[in-house]
Amino acid sequence: MKPQKILRSAWEGLMLNKVRSFLTTLGVIIGVASVIVMLAVSAGTEAAIAEQINALGANLIIVSPARGTPGAARTLLIDDAYAIAEQVVGITGISAEQAPVAQVVKANNLTLENIAVIGVTADFPDVRDYAVASGRFFDSAEDDRKAKVAVLGAGIAADFFGADDPVGQTITVGSTKLTILGVMEAKGMVADVDYDGRIYLPINLVFQKYVTTSSIGGDRVRTIYVKSESQDKIPSIIAQITALLAERHDVEASKPDFTVQTQQDIIATQEATTAAFRDLLAWVAGVSLLVGGIGIMNIMLVSVTERTREIGLRQALGARPADVLMQFLLEAIILSLAGGLAGVALGVGGAYLFGALGTMQTAIVPESIPLAFGAAAIVGIFFGYYPATQAAKLDPIVALRHE
Amino acid sequence: MPPLIEIRNMKKVYGEEEAAVYALAGVDVQVERGEFVAIMGPSGSGKSTLMNILGCLDRPSSGEYILDGRDVSQLSKNELAEVRNQKLGFIFQSFNLLPRLSALANVMLPMLYNPVEDISDAEAEARATASLEAVGLGARLHHRPNQLSGGQQQRVAIARALVNRPPLILADEPTGNLDSKASVEIMDILHKLHREGVTIVMVTHEPDIAAHAGRTICVRDGKIVQSGKCAEAR
Ligand SMILES: Nc1ncnc2c1ncn2[C@@H]1O[C@H](COP(=O)(O)OP(=O)(O)OP(=O)(O)O)[C@@H](O)[C@H]1O
Ligand SMILES: [Mg+2]
Repeated sequence: MKPQKILRSAWEGLMLNKVRSFLTTLGVIIGVASVIVMLAVSAGTEAAIAEQINALGANLIIVSPARGTPGAARTLLIDDAYAIAEQVVGITGISAEQAPVAQVVKANNLTLENIAVIGVTADFPDVRDYAVASGRFFDSAEDDRKAKVAVLGAGIAADFFGADDPVGQTITVGSTKLTILGVMEAKGMVADVDYDGRIYLPINLVFQKYVTTSSIGGDRVRTIYVKSESQDKIPSIIAQITALLAERHDVEASKPDFTVQTQQDIIATQEATTAAFRDLLAWVAGVSLLVGGIGIMNIMLVSVTERTREIGLRQALGARPADVLMQFLLEAIILSLAGGLAGVALGVGGAYLFGALGTMQTAIVPESIPLAFGAAAIVGIFFGYYPATQAAKLDPIVALRHE
Repeated sequence: MPPLIEIRNMKKVYGEEEAAVYALAGVDVQVERGEFVAIMGPSGSGKSTLMNILGCLDRPSSGEYILDGRDVSQLSKNELAEVRNQKLGFIFQSFNLLPRLSALANVMLPMLYNPVEDISDAEAEARATASLEAVGLGARLHHRPNQLSGGQQQRVAIARALVNRPPLILADEPTGNLDSKASVEIMDILHKLHREGVTIVMVTHEPDIAAHAGRTICVRDGKIVQSGKCAEAR
């Protein structure tokens, strides 16, 4: 019997019972669609995280106190940042940052409480790829002499001054009156930080006015961002920073009280956490595909029993065991491939819809389509084989006598 | 020319040892080419068992079966399938048409499994149509079995049995489910086939149906008995 004839006869067999055939494929449709949607959701989540981390600025190296080391949060000093700026070669600038507690802020006859304030160094706009929209940023001379100046995030500027240009106006942060030098461009939320809702001050002013009374104390910094001239200098810069800080802190470079990371490191760490989530989703999707396969097997077994007389008749007319096997196996494979196809359409459509609705970020993983489709085909072969062998094994005379 | 069918000392046993039932207890049958043979006998005498073995649907427990010069008692499943497709046409008491297929599609089925000839769709349809026309159903090609009378369904089954042009037609009580008018129609068709040279072996319970055949074989308790005893066996 010619393959295309068996194929057609299998197809006709399925078309004779369209509703049942559709219901049988439903499990595979859902399984395949969920594989694609779930991979798209986790890829979308990872992409969102990577995007946020990259939005910190390009070619960045991030130095922070090591977590978990006793007293580590106190170890990174502003002088460490200056030493890096002076001694490490291959860098275009550094930005040390320290954030005191939120402050009460008054300007333009308005008072707002709980405003985030952050002390940074003069290279902050360059290092963090975050430009000034109007006016200017403070320079390092102003930072050094603790000039009473401030640069506003776009949201803060709008909150206090509306559409007016606040440059040259004064603002009272805590109990200190400051002159507004500039307003940053709008940046929005990046990695859960509202850049527009902050006030940027010279870090030395912050040390003097805002952190002296807190437990953090005088000249500690939270993070030092170091900008590399280029991507390929990053390894050398990491080595230099590690050696320099180890010497300054009098610790072994192999047991530092600080961490030096790149954005890729941070992305990798984040991905490790989402990978567990993704694996779980993949298992759930795999199980639903398995259940879909069992559904196919169940219906095929019912079908073999129901069509026992038909099988006997076909055998009487000259069907060989292999013809019967192929017919039922192909029916199962067609069911699962059709389910796979519909599942791919549903999964791609669903992932796109979730993304468009903004419920969650999704990125369709191209490999997931052949993966899910292939899995459906394997499910069809695997779960169709047993019922097909049961059909092929039937004795013609027993099958013909079946009621 | 050897006989078309030659069976020697054929036995078929169901069950084992004390529980053994001899459905066939040593049967010898010869059917020449072109013969029309009726098989009669009481219920349970082994007629269907014999027909199933003749039809290569079942294997004997022992004995020889030579069909068209070839010993078929030891063939593999695939070889038996080929013999059924090429040498045999079946007519069943209960028609055994596939209910969801049209008359035409039912008649095309044997060509689907033809192992020696790859028949194109158009050719298969033409042959099936001709076969249905030969049994007077040229106007019912696209009817489903449930849209046909019993006699018409049995004629579809005959068209199906003929479509691969087998030398032997096996009919197990072909008129058993039909009224006398439809039975006459079926017997007319079998007569026509016989005249055209097809060999026919037919099981029946009815002497007037058996009277159409050229010869009657009587079976009783798994054995062939003298034809004269057929009537008394009923
Ligand atoms: N699969 C089987 N298992 C056990 N015994 C069987 C089987 N098939 C047939 N028999 C027995 O073999 C004997 C012959 O049965 P068979 O069907 O050949 O009779 P028959 O002559 O066709 O009868 P009827 O006229 O009622 O159709 C019976 O005694 C029957 O019970
Ligand atoms: Mg019988």
